[in-house]
Amino acid sequence: MRHGGSVMAPDATLALHYAREMYSRRQESVHLWVVRRSDIHDLADLDLLQPPLDRSFKKPGGYVMRDKLAAAREQSGEAKPKANKGR
Amino acid sequence: MTDPLALDPVLPARERSALPFNDDALDHDERYRHFEDHVTAGGKVEATDWMPDEYRIAVLRFVEMHANSELMGVLPEREWIMRAPTLRRKLALTAKVQDEVGHAQLLYRVAEDLGKPREAMIQDLLDGKTKFHNVFHYPTKSWADIGIIAWLVDAAAIVAQQALRDSSYAPYARTMKKICWEESVHIMHGRDVVVTMVTGTATQRASIQEALDRWWGPLMQMHGPRSDRAKDRDIHWKIKAKTSEELRQEFIGIYVPRIRELGLTIPDAALALDPATGVWAYDEPDWNELRTVVTNHGPKSQERLDFRRANWDATRWVRDAILGNPRAAVA
Repeated sequence: MRHGGSVMAPDATLALHYAREMYSRRQESVHLWVVRRSDIHDLADLDLLQPPLDRSFKKPGGYVMRDKLAAAREQSGEAKPKANKGR
Repeated sequence: MTDPLALDPVLPARERSALPFNDDALDHDERYRHFEDHVTAGGKVEATDWMPDEYRIAVLRFVEMHANSELMGVLPEREWIMRAPTLRRKLALTAKVQDEVGHAQLLYRVAEDLGKPREAMIQDLLDGKTKFHNVFHYPTKSWADIGIIAWLVDAAAIVAQQALRDSSYAPYARTMKKICWEESVHIMHGRDVVVTMVTGTATQRASIQEALDRWWGPLMQMHGPRSDRAKDRDIHWKIKAKTSEELRQEFIGIYVPRIRELGLTIPDAALALDPATGVWAYDEPDWNELRTVVTNHGPKSQERLDFRRANWDATRWVRDAILGNPRAAVA
């Protein structure tokens, strides 16, 4: 099941109808759930979902900084420094 | 990156004993001359070679200070293991501390072979008779300090340590190769912490800038005052190859652009590269501060030494049990 989006409805029956209109008009769905937003409990903490048991934090491959550095350069307006050879 | 497990070939024992300074039939002065010729021509020295006392003591002091620094250097970082912001950072920091203590053990091992027992080295450290690097005498005020230390303090250290991979004392050179490989991951961890905070909230960015403002002075003092290459005995014996100024210039040249890349300001108005000479000008570091700190009068010197003293006392029963003679006790 994947998150499709949200609907606004006074009750569950109408919510299902609206969901079919919005998210299955072209037969994209084979199964629909609607749930009241206040009944959703979420967990997004990577420490719990993807604990680093692979020990990647001990290896160079565990630190890919390219995107973060690009974001930092965009923020600072500074140039990328020359690569340091001989390391 | 070089294979960290690859060891340079060591001359087999027969060839080693054929080196002229290893000839017991020669008198001391002759052996000294042969030894000096060998080393100044780039020859390596093993733990089992004959060596003049001057060389042996110079290497011992150098490696002992390095070992002390690795052992004391974990204490500032250790302060933040229980306060790391995520599990991943906590594990990375714990692994780093573990690595550093391992480095201390490797280095005390190298130094022991030069004639000073490990217990004596630790006792001299605790008694304030030997030193450790200035940077480890300062407090940590926030998580930002951990990023700055793991990135820039380790970077300043690695600039020195990479040059030591070619030291004339081969056991030390081999150990430095292993240490440099491990340190390179520590530096990535530090840089990742800094870049994450710099691209985070305004509070995180300010926190990093404030930490940099405090650590820049000690960083600039870390490699030590300028010295005369011609008078430096450690350079004469090729124990080390670069002067403190060469190391400082190298550190500045590589890391200032990387610090500026993040939009951080370095608290040194005089810091500027002369494009004609390739030399960086900078505010003269406070050498009085360095002297005060490395003689164990820094803000955290005694507190951290006290921690080590307490630990040394508390673990005495373990050393006595393992190093003592259990058969004698039973009899």
